Amino acid sequence: MYNGGKIITGLIIFVALATFPFYANFGKTVELPSELEAEPDEMHLGNIPLVNMRSEHMKLLDQWRDEVVRGGKRFIEYDGDEYEKSLQNGCLGCHEKQEFCTKCHTYAGVKPYCWSCHFAEGEEGLL
Amino acid sequence: MANKPKPDELLSNINYKPPRTQWTDTPVEFKKGYYCYAGRPNNLEYISLPHGRKWSSTDDDWQLVDNWKEIFLEGMENLLKKFRSFRLFMDICVRCGACADKCHFFIGTGDPKNMPVLRAELLRSIYRRYFTISGKLGKIAGARDLTEDVFKELWYYSYQCTECRRCSVFCPYGIDTAEITMMARELINLLGCCTDWISGPLANCYRTGNHLGLQPHTIKSNFEYMVDDLEEFTGVRVEPTFNRKGAELLFVTPSADFFAEPGMFTCMGYLLLFHKLGLDYTWSTYASEGGNFGLFTSNEMMKRINSKIYAEAKRLGVKWILGGECGHMWRVLHQYMDTMNGPADFLEEPVSPITGTKFENAKSTKMVHITEFTADLIKNGKLKFDKSRNDHIIPTFHDSCNTSRGMGLFEEPRYVINSVCNQFHEMPENTIREQTFCCGSGSGLNAGEIEELRLLGGLPRANAVKYVKEKNGVNMLSCICAIDRAVLPPLVDYWVGDVDVCGVHELVGNALIMEEGEKREIDLRGEPLPGMEEKEEED
Amino acid sequence: MGMLFSLVAVIALAAIAFIGVKLGLLGLFGIILPYLAIIVFLAGFIMKVVKWGKSPVPFHIPTTCGQQKSLPWIKQNKLDNPSSTLGVIGRMALEILLFRSLFRNLKTDMKDGKVIYGSNKWLWLGSLAFHLSFFVVLVRHLRFFTEPVPGWVNMIDAVDGFMQMGVPHLLMTGVVLLAAGGYLFLRRVFNQQVRYISLAADYFPLFLIIGVALSGILMRYFIKVDIVKVKELTMGLATLNVSVPEGIGVIFFIHLFLISVLFAYFPFSKLMHLGGIFLSPTRNLVNNSREVRHVNPWNPEVHVHTYEEYEDEFRELMKEEGIPVEKE
Repeated sequence: MYNGGKIITGLIIFVALATFPFYANFGKTVELPSELEAEPDEMHLGNIPLVNMRSEHMKLLDQWRDEVVRGGKRFIEYDGDEYEKSLQNGCLGCHEKQEFCTKCHTYAGVKPYCWSCHFAEGEEGLL
Repeated sequence: MANKPKPDELLSNINYKPPRTQWTDTPVEFKKGYYCYAGRPNNLEYISLPHGRKWSSTDDDWQLVDNWKEIFLEGMENLLKKFRSFRLFMDICVRCGACADKCHFFIGTGDPKNMPVLRAELLRSIYRRYFTISGKLGKIAGARDLTEDVFKELWYYSYQCTECRRCSVFCPYGIDTAEITMMARELINLLGCCTDWISGPLANCYRTGNHLGLQPHTIKSNFEYMVDDLEEFTGVRVEPTFNRKGAELLFVTPSADFFAEPGMFTCMGYLLLFHKLGLDYTWSTYASEGGNFGLFTSNEMMKRINSKIYAEAKRLGVKWILGGECGHMWRVLHQYMDTMNGPADFLEEPVSPITGTKFENAKSTKMVHITEFTADLIKNGKLKFDKSRNDHIIPTFHDSCNTSRGMGLFEEPRYVINSVCNQFHEMPENTIREQTFCCGSGSGLNAGEIEELRLLGGLPRANAVKYVKEKNGVNMLSCICAIDRAVLPPLVDYWVGDVDVCGVHELVGNALIMEEGEKREIDLRGEPLPGMEEKEEED
Repeated sequence: MGMLFSLVAVIALAAIAFIGVKLGLLGLFGIILPYLAIIVFLAGFIMKVVKWGKSPVPFHIPTTCGQQKSLPWIKQNKLDNPSSTLGVIGRMALEILLFRSLFRNLKTDMKDGKVIYGSNKWLWLGSLAFHLSFFVVLVRHLRFFTEPVPGWVNMIDAVDGFMQMGVPHLLMTGVVLLAAGGYLFLRRVFNQQVRYISLAADYFPLFLIIGVALSGILMRYFIKVDIVKVKELTMGLATLNVSVPEGIGVIFFIHLFLISVLFAYFPFSKLMHLGGIFLSPTRNLVNNSREVRHVNPWNPEVHVHTYEEYEDEFRELMKEEGIPVEKE
């Protein structure tokens, strides 16, 4: 080979870049965070069955935000009861944020911008 | 051409719309005025090119040898192994089309096979068929069988490329059609299909040392004629020497410079300059050619022709070599000579004997371009000029393809021109420097029988000249190339009119003050200098 | 013809993945083919580059696009006509990262017998957008191949989605990739010269990449899949601890299969311009061929016409003219 030194160096760099995931994870066994092993439930608000949790929750939350903030419609009536469309009081009223939201988002590398507004007292905004 | 079409007729034929049929299904039509005559067997034989025979490209049967296909494909495999450029350029073109409208032959003819990409595809389709895995799929993979028709088409378009490299400037991968055309021509020469206008000068050059076939006594008498003229015009008698051992420098220039106008005027400029400097230099009748038609044939042929320059420098015992104004000559000298025929360890690193400047950029090849040499002299105040002697000349400057894109010689000639002329104007920026347009006749295409093709190929250049003629009153197209000096006059005459062509050192010779108080009333063309007498009263 | 063939081929590939998944061949499309593709890609790529490397660069042929280095007082263009290795690195970086040569692009046309030139940066813009967005898309997919996801990958994602439009937030590069791919396709169709030179080998990878982008965008914004399960699969590939979780939507397998085809096709196609540009002798050489001798490893022995042969033929004529000769 001619200019072999340069060409082989270039190829090594190329292969190193292209196979990054393989050696970055070499010898690792990645386990799912325990919470994630659960099957995705139907999303619910109290007794109201909603959409598929894993793939659709973000859309519904987004829709709720618009309805509450822009349309002023804060509550859903269901079976004679009233439920508040609220991330803070609805979802996080029962579920714990770290287990319920953060783990999964971190795992998938998704950074929702819910937390730039919604944060509890003492908690720092994530923005 | 006896019945040359009028410019308007030629222009009205230019149509950029490609045919309806795919290029692979569009048979090539050999148009008169677009193909060169075939090389003569005696010339091919003289330079040991194989398979010389009497034939014509319009014959149905080209009388190719029986195993021509084998020879072609073996040759191709050989070249792929020898030239990384070839293999790479066969593989990586993405057909983005950036090169398409950069070729002067495409702009001038509208023939889609003159788009650099398609010219290369002619060869690439054969490469795919015989040298790649996917090419076995055939047509859908862009592959073609090598047939006589495919070969004829390759021949036709290989001699419609001037290896000017303009496409290479615009290609995102630097794919250089000059390389591809050179490879195609190597293959063509394996089958004895060289053109007459290339093989003739080659045979001449091999035998007599120059393309024009000038024998030593003819060279000498041509010089005597120039020396007499110079004495008449300037009152100075110069005394060039030939094949003189012990001279400090060997000077090599294209033979056209001492054969015909307007190159001779440039040569007179060299003679005056060297005389004024008292330069200890010699001409050679053996290495009497700077140009190298081997470049248009095969790398071996190029080496054979080029070998004379170093051999003669060694025989004469000079220190280094100075080279005159020529385009493809400098492509060979700058990019090939040292590799092919070096190392030139019998020469010294070039130093200007007048200014003491070391030409660091030429320290291995030991050959300096005349405009580098002259620019250095001027910068160091070694020359005095009367610029007003060039006031009847309003020059622009045509960058030669090869010194531009194979060297990068831009400022040196401009500095010289501006030092000897008062009124210099540039052509539009898309037509100069690295984007310069070819004269349309480079790479061995300066043949009379293809004048129509050459006129069309030179159209973009002529157009730019016309632009500065109309805008700035330019009346002189200066250049640093012998082919230019031969072909630009008829080209601008056809498309523009009333613009002359000159070498840069003709302008130098006009303005150069040989001795204090010298009076010159005529220029190097023997024409009276307008207003010279009145001017002297003012002084 | 090339266009139609390529379109049908890419649609057929998508259909193959669809049918394969419906037939339950999840292991094939989720594990075996992706592994095969990456092996073919790497091996093919290396073999191609080595093949180029085996051919020498016999002559020193940079295309010079600016003033050479000559006399010290003449300003050299160090990037377009480099005289040092550093200059070449600069030239190559401009070429590879910013498409320097395409930036020169002009449109040439003929009007009333005049050749006219217009600036034409669309091809430069379109291809730069195409390549850069493709690169960013590729890098941000590392979130599927790393655990924990490195900060810089999250950062790229955040920058890519800084407009915070919609949920999941819109990633610009995906849209730009699709738009630029569309532009390159339309240019091939509507520019008559480019259409004339286009082969199936030009349309096929373009459609394939458009197909990859389209299936990705569909999957992110419209036909959603369970991203956690997808990552389980991809991490399995990366850690060589494979498994195909149940219940990933078929669109994911179409996406993955098209990518696998693209990778496997890569080394045998024009896409190798990725590696080729680094080796292009008109761009990666220092313009110093008169200063440093370039060596041709196969410099041939040739027969030359020597001075002695020349003098033997012309000696009498030379003597008559008083030109010195070696042998009287």
